[in-house]
Amino acid sequence: MNVVQPFEGIGASVRRKEDFRFLAGRGQYTDDINRPGQTHAVILRSPHAHAAISGIDVSAAKAMPGVVAVFTGPDMAAENIGGLPCGWQIHNKDGSPMAEPPHPVIAVGKVRHVGDPVAVVIAESKAQARDAAEAIVVDYAPLPAVATTEAALSAGAPLVHDGAPGNLCYDWHIGDKAALDAAFARAAKVVSFETTNNRLVPNAMEPRSAIGEYDTTSGDYTLYTTSQNPHVIRLLMGAFVLHIPESKLRVVAPDVGGGFGSKIYHYAEEAIVTWASAKVKRPIKWTAERTESFMSDAHGRDHVSKAELALDAEGKILGLRVHTLANMGAYLSTFAPCVPTYLYATLLAGVYTTPVIYAEVKAVFTNTVPVDAYRGAGRPEATYLLERLMDVAAREIGMDRVEFRRKNFIPVDAFPYQTPVALQYDSGDYFATLDQALESADWKGFEARRAAAAAKGKLRGIGISTYLEACGIAPSAVVGSLGARAGLYEVGTIRVHPTGSVTVLTGTHSHGQGHETTLAQLVADRLGVPIAQVDVVHGDTAKVPFGMGTYGSRSLAVGGSAMVKAMDKIVAKGKRIAAHLMEASVEDVEFDRGTFRVAGTDKTKTLTDISLAAYVPHNYPIDEIEPGLDETAFYDPKNFTYPGGCHIAEVEIDPETGKVSMVNFTAVDDVGRVINPMIVEGQVQGGVAQGIGQALLEAAVYDASGQLLSGSMMDYTMPRADDLAPVSVATHTTLCTHNPLGVKGCGEVGAIGSPPAVMNAVVDALKGYGVRHIEMPATPAKIWNIIHGGRAMAAE
Amino acid sequence: MYEFAYHKPSSVADAVKLLSADPEARPISGGMTLLPALKLRLNKPSSVVDLSGIAELKGVRRDGAKIVVGALTRHYDIAASAEIKAAIPALAWMASTIGDTQVRNRGTMGGSVANNDPSADYPAALLALGGTIQTDRRTISADDFFTGMFSTALEMGELVTAIHIPVPEKAGYAKMKNPASRYSMAGVFVAKGPAGVRVAVNGAGANGVFRVAQMEAALAANWSVDAVAGVKLDASGMNGDIHGSAEYRAHLVTVMAKRAVANAG
Repeated sequence: MNVVQPFEGIGASVRRKEDFRFLAGRGQYTDDINRPGQTHAVILRSPHAHAAISGIDVSAAKAMPGVVAVFTGPDMAAENIGGLPCGWQIHNKDGSPMAEPPHPVIAVGKVRHVGDPVAVVIAESKAQARDAAEAIVVDYAPLPAVATTEAALSAGAPLVHDGAPGNLCYDWHIGDKAALDAAFARAAKVVSFETTNNRLVPNAMEPRSAIGEYDTTSGDYTLYTTSQNPHVIRLLMGAFVLHIPESKLRVVAPDVGGGFGSKIYHYAEEAIVTWASAKVKRPIKWTAERTESFMSDAHGRDHVSKAELALDAEGKILGLRVHTLANMGAYLSTFAPCVPTYLYATLLAGVYTTPVIYAEVKAVFTNTVPVDAYRGAGRPEATYLLERLMDVAAREIGMDRVEFRRKNFIPVDAFPYQTPVALQYDSGDYFATLDQALESADWKGFEARRAAAAAKGKLRGIGISTYLEACGIAPSAVVGSLGARAGLYEVGTIRVHPTGSVTVLTGTHSHGQGHETTLAQLVADRLGVPIAQVDVVHGDTAKVPFGMGTYGSRSLAVGGSAMVKAMDKIVAKGKRIAAHLMEASVEDVEFDRGTFRVAGTDKTKTLTDISLAAYVPHNYPIDEIEPGLDETAFYDPKNFTYPGGCHIAEVEIDPETGKVSMVNFTAVDDVGRVINPMIVEGQVQGGVAQGIGQALLEAAVYDASGQLLSGSMMDYTMPRADDLAPVSVATHTTLCTHNPLGVKGCGEVGAIGSPPAVMNAVVDALKGYGVRHIEMPATPAKIWNIIHGGRAMAAE
Repeated sequence: MYEFAYHKPSSVADAVKLLSADPEARPISGGMTLLPALKLRLNKPSSVVDLSGIAELKGVRRDGAKIVVGALTRHYDIAASAEIKAAIPALAWMASTIGDTQVRNRGTMGGSVANNDPSADYPAALLALGGTIQTDRRTISADDFFTGMFSTALEMGELVTAIHIPVPEKAGYAKMKNPASRYSMAGVFVAKGPAGVRVAVNGAGANGVFRVAQMEAALAANWSVDAVAGVKLDASGMNGDIHGSAEYRAHLVTVMAKRAVANAG
């Protein structure tokens, strides 16, 4: 009997399988897990940005009710516990390696940022642990601190690390400096631009949490943690910090409530609860308070950049020179060094034919929370710099900003396109996404809307960004040559069960992206199994082969490709089994969505016929084919993928208050082949929300002494629904040419393309005030100051 | 939070007895200020006296030329009250702009008034409308009640039981919200009523809610948007922080005054 099923394969907007448990409050997050005999940890953190510790007295704390143990940095150091490792080594211009100062799990002798762990208290209850933490007496001798890259690089600045002279982590460059100087020498016009990319606090909805458990019988450790990549945590913590072999260490990342990059890294608390669980011989849970999240989750962005664009007389770009200072914070977080280098400067060509680019990046230590990748990671910084610069330049040479972009676009027939900064783009059509976005946003009709707004006393502006990003990170050999200390392949297992249902094991990790649905759709599309019968398992090193996790919009491009390879193996084996059962030759067996057919006949076998035969091999070529239908494949990408597109923002400013309101937002993105359009729309909208947040609202503000002034949501402005505009999302597809699905990635494009579109709109709205540039975030007070200053100047 | 004893009296007299007997005891109504402070361990009371069981403190009624609001009446109930919407629509609208849905379903007018947060909404309304605060032992005019940032005329153990608000001829409110906290950065309540023409400002002042005599005089002479548009405040008495300078807040007071007058009609 043929049962007509709704199409659930590639291109279907099927509802997310995982949403029922989330919406019903039945998700299983780390803090929902409670182990028998569990204790609770509270971390005592430094209130100082920089201080020497002359002594820690824990005696009173240890005597408090319910206290199980108290440990300090020296306690861990005495057991030869390693520091938190950095996963990427950058080399300086002169070839020497970057400064890589130690990062103790718990501070030893010195604290380097507000929030640096000083001690851990383990008690029967969290309240008792907090009580005891307050009873710890720490003798701090406060030291002068540096909070900004500028302060850290100034002459005589206090040193964050003795091993990093001048607070310099590295002084790196890319590109051909001599060729660039030559390009500038023949330029008709040079446009200069300076900007700061504001520092952001990721603020995933679920705070970080970790449970360490030691089995006194087997000697096995288990860590439950809020991670985007449990295998990476197992490798880093086991090999470098706690010296536990993989076979004795299981890391589980169950449901995770958002990451945005901040849950990639190996954090101190993971090592603390795992190590201490063996000391106290009981499970230990730690969950961050929101205040702790602000001072211990890796922050994002924090660049100060200068750029110069050389142009010929017709407005063609001849060259781009960039100098960037990147704040690393007090210690190197896991992937921090690669963000302002290989994920940033390599993107400075954008969608343009800029023939020569030279970029210098200095990474700097400061007395602030470590900075690492945050949704987009380097590409938003590059895109913002470039797309604001394009607007500034267009205005200075008197050319329409859309025409200026179009004039410099990489032509459609130029792919594969080699940029002057290492990347080779495989595909794209920037003209198509631009035209579609201009049409969708009614760009032509804008001046009428501006006039209508002016009649109501409002300043209306429109802004555009034509962006590109590189994701699906990345060929292991390439990133290895650039300093990565890990491979970046992915793994997928397709386990067809005897009666034809499927379990997928993936090394990627879903923490909001909807993989349980999207990855199941790949199976439905290829094997014809309804997604209700496809279970996607991820996030447990005891279940899944060694995979690299989810970040950099890689899960589909890399993880999905591994699944395709594994399904290729399933189909190949299935054909051999089918050939035997149907007494045909393998070459004559065709397979299409669950049905094996002898070509040109009506002889067929279903996938279930084959899987049953594979697991109950009574009539089976057992001498030639192993039983079972369970295949694993590892996929190493051949290149990055290159999503791109056009974002258009329309804003309205209340000149009396300076408040910027989003009126409309249009995104036309080329994310390659779309598996689930509804999920793509959601991913883009979420990214755009964060991009609008960066442009208009969010800023992590430190004072000069290193205190975090925006240390809670009373002062750190998270985007709310009413801060946003309707976000129209559309796609225009060119296929990725080097992965089997043709997919590019959609997780970060929203956050990458949108900030310059919004800021270009804000500057456009204020063009009557002689404004050249406004730093993010464009808060009401900042806009009011600009308008107020403009009026004052006009009056003079 | 630290450990504390918990009491839930059912009468004002019992609550006052508990609070008077222990200087470290703290009353709680909606808990929208005290609970976060307890969770952050910024406050360490010996006991918390939960007022939510005192039925007599809840509800809104019209009493001749005034509205009487029980201290435990929630923001949501004020925003939804037919009596208040008819008599002082600006006050109902103000209540609808406080915090978010969850806050409005927990927070109470009495709690907000007794706390006198400089960024809270109600103090400006009560000052502008010439309200009086009734406690378990006396009535205090709003003029005398709000004595500075987080500071009121309440004595130890004294409980706000009701707020009496004269019905004005007209009233209006407008505020600029802090982008992060959504508390008022500068809010202006204008009223023309039994107490005369009054203009009161929340959010902006360095020492809490205050009146603007110059705007009151200008509006008394000519109730119009233009009358307040020309009144510029000095920045010296204003609050400044990472969200806006004192100059910006001084400017916002004039803008919000214009909008409040426009809203009053």
